[in-house]
Amino acid sequence: MPVTVKTFQAVGEAASALSSDRGARYLGGGTLVMRDLNEGDVSIVTVIRATDRALQGIDAAGARIRIGAGVTFARVLAERDLGFLHPAARSIGGPAVRNMGTVGGNLFAPAPFGDFTVALLALDGMVSLQGGFGLRDMPLEEFLQSRDRQAGALAVGVSCIRPASTDAFRYRKIARIKPKGGSVITLAAHLPQSGGRVTGARIALGSMAPTAVRAKAAERALEGRPLDAAAISAAAAAAGEGTAPADNSLASAWYRREVVGVHLRRLLSGQES
Amino acid sequence: MAKTPLQFRHNGRDVALFVEGGSNLLVVLREMVGDTTPKFGCGQGGCGACTVLIDGDAHLSCLTLAETVEGRAVETLDGIKNGPNLHPLQRAFADGFAAQCGYCTPGMLMAAKALLDKVAQPSREQVVEAISGNICRCTGYEPIINAVLAAAASLRASA
Repeated sequence: MPVTVKTFQAVGEAASALSSDRGARYLGGGTLVMRDLNEGDVSIVTVIRATDRALQGIDAAGARIRIGAGVTFARVLAERDLGFLHPAARSIGGPAVRNMGTVGGNLFAPAPFGDFTVALLALDGMVSLQGGFGLRDMPLEEFLQSRDRQAGALAVGVSCIRPASTDAFRYRKIARIKPKGGSVITLAAHLPQSGGRVTGARIALGSMAPTAVRAKAAERALEGRPLDAAAISAAAAAAGEGTAPADNSLASAWYRREVVGVHLRRLLSGQES
Repeated sequence: MAKTPLQFRHNGRDVALFVEGGSNLLVVLREMVGDTTPKFGCGQGGCGACTVLIDGDAHLSCLTLAETVEGRAVETLDGIKNGPNLHPLQRAFADGFAAQCGYCTPGMLMAAKALLDKVAQPSREQVVEAISGNICRCTGYEPIINAVLAAAASLRASA
């Protein structure tokens, strides 16, 4: 069924249009909205676009980096300063999908997709949202918990911390078809250490709930301890706590709960999957 | 509902038409332009059969909102041969038995062309990566990879 396409130059105008039309969906790279249109989703009446260059910006100069919501994964991969995010960007789709899919769109991708968001969640991600009320920043975790109610808000960018060292951030996507398949489980861990002990660990999991979630019990198991076999075992044992995976064609919920600890142990131990 | 005017370059030729709101590029190419070389596979971005080049980069035409190619250059398999001569990629696919049922072949060729346009001497890993978004259900990946490497060598020899 034909839809009305509205293209705006300014993000604010696009956000206003989005918030005032219950049948409107914002089109980033198209990999989510166009798929829904192809499947005949009649709830989409209007497609909103914005060509604002602010959506394309990358600021990787400081300790906290900022990426515009319209930045594609191909562009992330082309930025040397974003090297710590390259494994997450590369784990999404093939080149054509990475030329289209955007960082902002990934925030809305349902499980078993949304892998880049898992990495951002482990790196203390923040989302900049433009709504009818103006611009506001929201912790990514809070955004994901209320994502279904954010339909009228336009994500204009994300930010995350830059890990202090290469070893401090680890990412792994478990997929049956590599590298483009949907995720069985996606894991990301930010493990800052001080005096040989983990301080402020953040572990994020994908495909273990409808959105990316933090494995807080596993984080607690690591806190203040050296990253040794005992701490890793405790974290692995707690990995599935608080998760709610779903059955899908890639894996059953039971399987995901059974193996999440195994993959977290491997990630934390630095083992190959 | 009013249709939207759309102009773009299709294989080096200007195209101007009116499209329905929300149309994807694949439908426009196949049903309005008459270029049936991009194939409809899954409609979800999972198979790569509809791959085309937009301003030189591989895109999935089934997930591309038609309006977004306004003023841009779209290249499909229909445009890669040089007159009556096959493109070296097409020649290598034919010589190397890299097309089985052939349905994935247009998308494979365009994904490979996106690579060879940028990398003259790709490694095997780069070829695998380039076609990683394209599914072949006949599982003929090895001949396809070898054909792309052979085409790269042929293009270098003729450069």
